Amino acid sequence: MYAQMVKSTGKGVKTREEMSEDERAFQDKIDADTKIEPRDWMPEEYRKTLVRQIGQHAHSEIVGQLPEGNWITRAPTLERKMILLAKVQDEAGHGLYLYCAAETLGVSRDDLTEDLLSGKMKYSSIFNYPTLNWADIGAVGWLVDGAAIMNQVPLQRTSYGPYSRAMIRICKEESFHQRQGYDIMMKMAQGSPEQKRMAQDALDRFWYPSLMMFGPSDKDSVHSAQSMAWKIKINTNDELRQKFVDQTVPQAEYLGLSIPDPDLTWNEETGHYDFTEPNWQEFFDVIKGNGPCNTERMNDRTRAWEDGRWVREGLMAHARKKAARTAAE
Amino acid sequence: MTETIDKTALLQFLLRMGDNTLILGHRVSEWCGHSPVLEEDIALANTALDLIGQTQLWLDYAAEVQGEGRTADDLAFLRDAWDFRNVLLVELPNGDFGQTLMRQFLYDAWASIMLGRLQKSADERVREIAEKAAKENAYHVERSADTVVGLGDGTEESHARMQAALDYLYPYVGELFESDATDAAMAEAGIAPDPASLRAEYDAFVGRVMAEATLTIPEKAYVHRGGRSGTMHTEHLGHLLCTMQWLQRAYPGCQW
Repeated sequence: MYAQMVKSTGKGVKTREEMSEDERAFQDKIDADTKIEPRDWMPEEYRKTLVRQIGQHAHSEIVGQLPEGNWITRAPTLERKMILLAKVQDEAGHGLYLYCAAETLGVSRDDLTEDLLSGKMKYSSIFNYPTLNWADIGAVGWLVDGAAIMNQVPLQRTSYGPYSRAMIRICKEESFHQRQGYDIMMKMAQGSPEQKRMAQDALDRFWYPSLMMFGPSDKDSVHSAQSMAWKIKINTNDELRQKFVDQTVPQAEYLGLSIPDPDLTWNEETGHYDFTEPNWQEFFDVIKGNGPCNTERMNDRTRAWEDGRWVREGLMAHARKKAARTAAE
Repeated sequence: MTETIDKTALLQFLLRMGDNTLILGHRVSEWCGHSPVLEEDIALANTALDLIGQTQLWLDYAAEVQGEGRTADDLAFLRDAWDFRNVLLVELPNGDFGQTLMRQFLYDAWASIMLGRLQKSADERVREIAEKAAKENAYHVERSADTVVGLGDGTEESHARMQAALDYLYPYVGELFESDATDAAMAEAGIAPDPASLRAEYDAFVGRVMAEATLTIPEKAYVHRGGRSGTMHTEHLGHLLCTMQWLQRAYPGCQW
């Protein structure tokens, strides 16, 4: 998943005594793993939190097309070009399922898009980093999709029915994305000295931004506590980050690449790797709009939206004319 | 059966088919992430994907016929502009979304007729490729025709933009129907139809769609040519190849 720092009520989880009758019944359903469906009663804050989370995830899929699209026209073989096109097409499709899931909560896709373009809503920090060499496309699949899968697999069990069903479809495709990314890295890591250099360079630049994808530690966050009680969030950020590091380090070793962290060590006692936290100041800078590509990404999306206005209006006008003609017949 | 026909002509024919899909697929893929609405991003990526897939089939066969141990990738990434055999229409820049879809329709309409004929080719490989490509093209032409109609018969602005796109692109349509010695050899061997023989059906089809789109086909349009013969491409092709071929050229002999 590509949602970071999603705000919830900000008030902490209510005790059963503090809950209204409706809220108690709602929490009982969640605790019993019964899915919440669009027509069911739900607390207003649950709805709002979900809209923020699903919307941010959908926006990330859409903006996420850009760093990969940056290499579609330069993909080195016909097969690589096809795989990348299929992947980017999947991502646009994921955006579509997620906007549909958000629409069941009473917000339109156009409203969400306007909120993205006005800066009111965010997308994942990771897509504000540039793709500078071909191995970056491998690294995006291997690390970025790998980190996304860590989060999305548990979300298949999330409490909101339409979101959970969207996640099930998305997860199937994401594992293919991650494999193709790793496959590119293999080719590069086993290739010429220049290709190896590209692979290492990609890992060096994408390692810490990938760790940031999970968001800062949220063990003390009241927002996360509420989201977890509602099963909109299943694991803490630190749990997922650790799992990601544990999974990725042996993969990097297999590729013969070094993780850019001199303090990375296996801890016998905990059975996990100890690793250096990313620079959280950099993360907050990126979130605030000061990442390397924030301006370009938003300019691209804004231009697509503005330049496309005449197309959307033209097609709508035609649909109205056609309906009027059919009615007149 | 291919042993009995002119190998050079067959190679030229296959390059013409494969270069059309390669260059158009490349152009369409330039849209990635920038289209007016999410459904169009998906459709454009899907179209590009189909076209590159068809390229792989045409150029695989071309490389085999050439018999010099080259691959489809070698043909796509290591030839210079003068060896490309696509029509000029497909190498023209995307322009706005209307121009891209108009170009797509003008190509799709031709491809739907051409691929229909090629399914009766005397060459089994050509038949197989045409059969697969025709299924994909059926979807492309339906969508591009619907979009041309929707935008042509939409608002005043969308109508004006689509008319401008048609006026700009129409002089590049004639090249699709040019016939030369290669075409004569292909027609003679029963491998491919004489391109000129597709014109009447094309004009009828495009005429119907443009009428529904309330757009006017330019009369007596000049015919720009030189792509499918390779004698004179536009300036645009070289820039496209710079981008497309860059990795293979900068790091030759690598596995990707």
